[in-house]
Amino acid sequence: MTHPPDTSMTDATRWMLAVRDRRDRTAFARLYDHFAPRLKGMAMRGGLNAALAEDVVQDVMLTVWHKAAQFDPGVAPVSAWVYRIARNRQIDMARKRARPLPEELIEEASEPDTQQIYAMEQEVGFLQGALAKLAPEQRQMIEKAYMGELSHSEIQAETGLALGTIKSRIRLGLERLRHELKELR
Amino acid sequence: MAEIEHHLTEPLLATYAAANLPQAYALVVAAHVSLCAECRARLTAHESAGGAVLEALPGAAPSAGLRDRVMAALDAPTPRETPTPRRSGIFPAPVMAALKGQPPRWKTLGGGVRQQILHADGEGSVRLLYIPPGVAVPDHGHGGLELTLVLQGAFRDETGAFGTGDVEIAGPELEHTPVADLGLPCICLAATDAPLRFHALIPRLLQPLFRI
Repeated sequence: MTHPPDTSMTDATRWMLAVRDRRDRTAFARLYDHFAPRLKGMAMRGGLNAALAEDVVQDVMLTVWHKAAQFDPGVAPVSAWVYRIARNRQIDMARKRARPLPEELIEEASEPDTQQIYAMEQEVGFLQGALAKLAPEQRQMIEKAYMGELSHSEIQAETGLALGTIKSRIRLGLERLRHELKELR
Repeated sequence: MAEIEHHLTEPLLATYAAANLPQAYALVVAAHVSLCAECRARLTAHESAGGAVLEALPGAAPSAGLRDRVMAALDAPTPRETPTPRRSGIFPAPVMAALKGQPPRWKTLGGGVRQQILHADGEGSVRLLYIPPGVAVPDHGHGGLELTLVLQGAFRDETGAFGTGDVEIAGPELEHTPVADLGLPCICLAATDAPLRFHALIPRLLQPLFRI
């Protein structure tokens, strides 16, 4: 009988927590190796040339290092956090002005709750599974939507079903987040 | 604050998460999310979907020196950030940022209605509107999508009642006459992708003057 591997945290989450809690440079280098090619791909897909795309990569990765204290694995996965930083950065560079951002929640630093993190990671696993199972045209639509290639009216007209799939897949995480936010108020 | 009843739609949240919403609408979304735990959670869900797409993206190999440059930059002093304005009274932080940290400087539109335009570009405009209790915003249609977030008081129109924190999402087909409830003056943050078209004659003549 074999024991299942410890799947309570993805590599990226463990690296990110090591960066946040111990300023671990080896872990940061791993995060770089994981995200830099993807971030460069996203920036170039958004129309930047290779040199500018690398400026975005550098900027985003340094933000990950400097703002690591804001990372909370019980609320959003590393990839969501990096995605948010990258979209903001790319758009600020393109438009030469800051995008309006919601207020930051001011939270008490809490001990990482492994079970909470596990629940979140499981949700994200379901989400990735759901994305992979979409019909190719739908998957393309979702990709375009989150890469900023569709306008609001295009998203409204063309991605309804796929967005519904995504929404239903992350319900658990959302319920928990909602609960926590209520307690914060 | 009463429970928020009118929320943002999934397409609006998805477009905002992808940073592809015009500035005027993005301000309304950021302001509503600042007030609404439910929409904050749903926005996080869309960012998680964005993160999942990022994970699955075919990457582009960074040039050889980039990794060393990034690692070397970790020790550089943190760039000093300009402090962002904080929430002040009824105005959430992103609205205070658009106001550059100052209280609104209202301009009179007639009938006691006042406004301050916060941002206008080729893609749309966003303004604060101040409507005295019981007063109607002139009958108007709009070229495209109109988002109205209530920051104080409440209003009603043909489609329903909107209280503090609620956001009304009106398509081009809606010709409505919002009327402020009795009680507090109604203060809203309103974004359109086109100048508001007023149907009463006088406001229409005023339109070019006031950019409403």
